[in-house]
Amino acid sequence: MSNASVKSVPNPKKIKETGSELNNASSRAYQICWCTFFIIVSFIAIIPILRVISISMSSKDAILRGDVFIWPVGFNTDAYDKALKTGNFLRTLGYSVLLMLGASAINMVMTILMAFPLARRNLKLGSIIMTFCVLTMYLNPGTIPNYFNVKDFNLINTVWALLIPGAMSVYNMIIMRTAFRSIDESLYEAARIEGCSEFRIMWQIAVPLTVPTIATLALFYAVSRWNGIEDQLYYINNSQLYTVQMTLKQMIESIKISAEEGSTTQMTPDNVKAASITLSMLPMLIVYPFVQRFFTQGIMLGAVKG
Amino acid sequence: MTTLPRSEIRPNRKGWFKPYIAGTWQLYAMMLIPIIYIICFKYKPMLHVVIAFKKYNAFNPNLSVWDMPWVGFRWFEEAFRDSLFWKSLANTLILNLGDLILGFPFPILLAIFLNELTSNKVRKATQLALYLPNFLSWVIIAGISAQLFANYMVNVGGGLVNNIIVSLGGTNVPFLENPSWWRFVYWIMGIWQSAGYSLIIYLAALMSNDPSLSEAAYIDGATRMQRIWHVTVPQIMPTISTLLIMQVGKVVSISFDRPYMMSNANVTDASQVISTFVYDRAFTGHRFDYAAAIGLFQSVVGIILILIANQGSKKMGQEGII
Repeated sequence: MSNASVKSVPNPKKIKETGSELNNASSRAYQICWCTFFIIVSFIAIIPILRVISISMSSKDAILRGDVFIWPVGFNTDAYDKALKTGNFLRTLGYSVLLMLGASAINMVMTILMAFPLARRNLKLGSIIMTFCVLTMYLNPGTIPNYFNVKDFNLINTVWALLIPGAMSVYNMIIMRTAFRSIDESLYEAARIEGCSEFRIMWQIAVPLTVPTIATLALFYAVSRWNGIEDQLYYINNSQLYTVQMTLKQMIESIKISAEEGSTTQMTPDNVKAASITLSMLPMLIVYPFVQRFFTQGIMLGAVKG
Repeated sequence: MTTLPRSEIRPNRKGWFKPYIAGTWQLYAMMLIPIIYIICFKYKPMLHVVIAFKKYNAFNPNLSVWDMPWVGFRWFEEAFRDSLFWKSLANTLILNLGDLILGFPFPILLAIFLNELTSNKVRKATQLALYLPNFLSWVIIAGISAQLFANYMVNVGGGLVNNIIVSLGGTNVPFLENPSWWRFVYWIMGIWQSAGYSLIIYLAALMSNDPSLSEAAYIDGATRMQRIWHVTVPQIMPTISTLLIMQVGKVVSISFDRPYMMSNANVTDASQVISTFVYDRAFTGHRFDYAAAIGLFQSVVGIILILIANQGSKKMGQEGII
């Protein structure tokens, strides 16, 4: 919705350009200056990522000599072999992907189930329930009360501790509600006269009409689950249930736990660290160019609500 | 299936309740699970706040919060005498203010100048590159910052920046060892992570501007700088002030993963903030009661500040954030 309005505004640059035909030469120089500036800025922004990738692919000697800047020296992939063997990294990757998909699905179902009724204008308790939800955004009980609550439900050290406490974000629910609000309710009326139940109206009318918002929110949920580490530190004490982020944290902190010898502390070499960082960035790096559009839209959705 | 149409044809004069429920019970049923979730995981924990006024026994960890003995405000008194608590409060303020001073203007400047570009390709590419770090976790960013800022040593290697400094003939800068330099790294990585997000918000605000204003200023002979200063900036002022007020309101609250992941044993003097202090006291020191008291103090101060900020934004003629 917001995107459409942004697009319909005529591009201000185009107008400025035709307006400034008189001083075309200086205008071109000006443009080239800014283009160069922003290309440099973008390059600086991706240097950290280039650095990590090049370290992960460089030979050990080159790293120790300090020859590697942002391009691999002595290309090889040994570090990746080692990283994948350490602490069952591949299994952890797979588990993290599954957890991310599961969390995203649960979050989305909860969000839609809450947002669809709240978007309806004939709901008498709607505004009360809405206030009830919005209050939770400002009244955060804090880490310790949350911990005891999770403990009360016997979720400590189970995978549910990573799924249930964050099963819905009120902020995203409000965005979803705004999207549902943009649907004309006469559609629902027509469906009801045909004998549709509310569930079917939601599933077959409202959801297909809001696919872009749903995709955006699902992506946001997926990213926050993939990147989340706080709840694992609080609620999980079992390395089988650690996601990639936690495994990576242990690796970066140079603690290598081998099952046979108990826990032994040992420095993880720089290139193996870099390789594990790259591996855990990889899903994001692959998906990012294709879904960046949705993320950008997501910010606008939030801004419209604000 | 539903009885609403029938009740509309033959309205029930005795009361609105029955036909209303008949028409909407399915909607209420849908909300049942989410509402149970919100009660159980958002409201019920608020009751557990009482642990801040009770005594937690580390030798009997399964004792329910309700059965612990009351101690009144003892933990708050202890916190106010605890120099480590004051230090973490001060660190929280320093790190947040640094974010505000260094990190806040940066995306605004980028957005204003990016708006000057006529090339859509460069603008898209810049957005793509700057927004990417937003999707990396702080674990990854902490790992990256070590690869960038570690000391360079012969036969050990080191971070990119010191690598360059040493190869230019300088000496190592202790980015990750010296608390002041560490703060600098914390802020730089914060800008790197979040600039793209704010940039997109500002760009969206700029895109919805009225282009005829800038055009009129041009015809009246305004120079580029004048157009930026007198036309572009005033138009994104509402967005800037809203975001600024939100940040000021959050000045005592700090995320956990960023300082926790970025810190190391050398810089705890600068990196111990309220959230990590609470974590240390509770999960390492098994003092859940004391940690809860500190967390409660932070929440209360945080809510007061947000309310003040909201009032302030309303006074300034902006829409409130709540």
